[in-house]
Amino acid sequence: MEKDIKAKSENEKNMPQESAMKRRTLLKALVGIPVLGVFAFELFRKWTYDHEKRSRVIKELGLENIKAPAVMKSSSSKSDLLRIGLIGYGSRAVSHANGLGYMLPETVEAMKKNDTIKDWLAQEDLNVAITGICDVFDLHAENGLATARSEYRAGGAAPSKLPVKRYMSYQEMLDDKEIDAVMIATPDHHHAPITTAAAKAGKHVYCEKSPAHSEEQLYEMCDTVKNSKIVYQLGHQITQSVIFQQAKDIIKKDILGKITLIETTTNRNTADGAWIRHLDKNGKPKPGDEKSIDWAQWLGHAPKVPFSVDRYYNWTKFFDYDIGLIGQLFTHEFDSVNQLLRIGIPKSVVSSGGIYYWKDNRDMPDVLNCVFEYPDRELTLLYSATLGNSRSRGRVFMGHDASMEIGSAISITADGDSTRYQKQIESGLIDPTVPMVSFNPNRGSIDAVTSATEKYYAARGLTTTTINGVNVDVTYLHIKEWIDCIRNGKTPSANIEKAFEEGVACLMAHKSYVEKRRTEWDPVSRKIV
Amino acid sequence: MKDTTGFTPMQRYVLVALRLLIGWHILYEGFSKLLIPNWSSMGFLSESKWILAGFSKWIISSPGVLHAVDFLNTWGLILIGLGLILGLFTKAAAISGSILLFVYYLNNPPLIGLEYSVPTEGSYLIISKTLIEAVALVALAVFPSGLFAGLDIYVQKFRDRTN
Repeated sequence: MEKDIKAKSENEKNMPQESAMKRRTLLKALVGIPVLGVFAFELFRKWTYDHEKRSRVIKELGLENIKAPAVMKSSSSKSDLLRIGLIGYGSRAVSHANGLGYMLPETVEAMKKNDTIKDWLAQEDLNVAITGICDVFDLHAENGLATARSEYRAGGAAPSKLPVKRYMSYQEMLDDKEIDAVMIATPDHHHAPITTAAAKAGKHVYCEKSPAHSEEQLYEMCDTVKNSKIVYQLGHQITQSVIFQQAKDIIKKDILGKITLIETTTNRNTADGAWIRHLDKNGKPKPGDEKSIDWAQWLGHAPKVPFSVDRYYNWTKFFDYDIGLIGQLFTHEFDSVNQLLRIGIPKSVVSSGGIYYWKDNRDMPDVLNCVFEYPDRELTLLYSATLGNSRSRGRVFMGHDASMEIGSAISITADGDSTRYQKQIESGLIDPTVPMVSFNPNRGSIDAVTSATEKYYAARGLTTTTINGVNVDVTYLHIKEWIDCIRNGKTPSANIEKAFEEGVACLMAHKSYVEKRRTEWDPVSRKIV
Repeated sequence: MKDTTGFTPMQRYVLVALRLLIGWHILYEGFSKLLIPNWSSMGFLSESKWILAGFSKWIISSPGVLHAVDFLNTWGLILIGLGLILGLFTKAAAISGSILLFVYYLNNPPLIGLEYSVPTEGSYLIISKTLIEAVALVALAVFPSGLFAGLDIYVQKFRDRTN
């Protein structure tokens, strides 16, 4: 052993140059190793810092327990097949049919081609059959019939073998014992009368917003539905998004402080967004004439006017059939706020606006601001809408300590003058100029936003990923809730009481705009004054 | 290329330092994507302008493709970063890094008339730091900096022996 070492060292002495060169080569070759060591150490420090900061923000806000709800509950009992009739088969009814698990064969083929059919096919079967279609326009009715008879079904369901019937009027459908429930997607002036008739006939109702076109119709509808045994659901799908569950928790945990102002907006700047929809891509009028459309039935209680493609497709523009932005879009905003805070009927409303951009034959204003006062709740709900500018203004709940914006994601930003977060803001833990917490349904968890670009993307709702999530259609969830309630006798989220509150708030705002005065709700006589 | 003689020590030091710095940057770019839960290139790609805009849109439109791009991008960055720091297969690492950075540059070049909603941290006109880094990697690829200092010394020896 000793000899060996001696020999070796002698060897080295003999070739000192070569050995030194070898050592130098080795050192040169391994130059990256210490750099990597420092890198690993710094990476660990950075990771720990971010992680701690993240969890400290979440912890200080008491948000540790907020998590994405588990995947949807499967319907408890589906044994009894529900036979559904669709009243009005326009574009909204197509979404209803899709939610029920039915789709037009041509659409399925097209979606198969561009690989977008997966989410729909994965949708759970609700064990329902579309057995009736009622539409005043032959073309729409035929689309409905073809959809109801389609071979393609979502959730691996077998095609419905039940006959599908076209009804020439909704009364005819409601008289038929072979129909258990109806979904109403007609122009708005029919919503309340059809719902009232359906409740009298004992058919469950899923009706698109807005709830009613006039006070009398609203009161009659609500009384009839309440005195019946039917399950009523107003068509507001957006609060079915999982983020509304998170938003509820955030409000419950008082993260925002005292909320005194809620700002809701509509920001559109296209002809389609302004409900000019009677022309096709080539600028030619869409199909439909007096031969193929039962115009008298379409008008219903509305004043008699000659048929026009403009009125048929663009009915939203006219107060005879709708209450404009308030009925079409504010309804969703009201429901979002009412589902979260249960604000109910406002004490007073002031609306103001005008037709400033879309100078056509419309009644509805294209710029509209409505202020809803809730003195008992010590808050104001503001609705600000424009059809002449698409700057995104969001939907924001403003509290003394923080603001919460809810869109497709939630982002919460601390207020610079917050009392609650004063210390954290001073210590630099919370930066009031960027969102402190965001929740994105596709990311599955609540997150304190740390990196600069992430903050930027979160603020813009650009962090959306579809990597792990299956996209679930919110309309489907809303329909599913209604159908589950029919089967287990529970009350759905957009029930008749909430529809009443929404209906009153909307009609107050509309009346204020039309009569150019402040309207109030008289809780004793239960009337708008 | 295999001849490392004819360089002054200063030239060698500077080139190796440049390689280590860029390697560090690219390695961290890769790891930072691993550390952000569910990181996705979607935000970056959705901002894409100019000639690659259509291609980026196609990537985003398909979750499968987006997922693959995210995976390749993250691990590509990590491997390139490791290669540059260790001086291992330096030329291949420098060339692939340069191509990757050039693709980033082409997705959002600061050309006149192209406006981005993501703020940049500097002021750029046509030339951005990304482009400069891409060209710096080309420089590294044409000099044998892995043979000045790096595991490529042994790779070279192994090759010489097998040849």
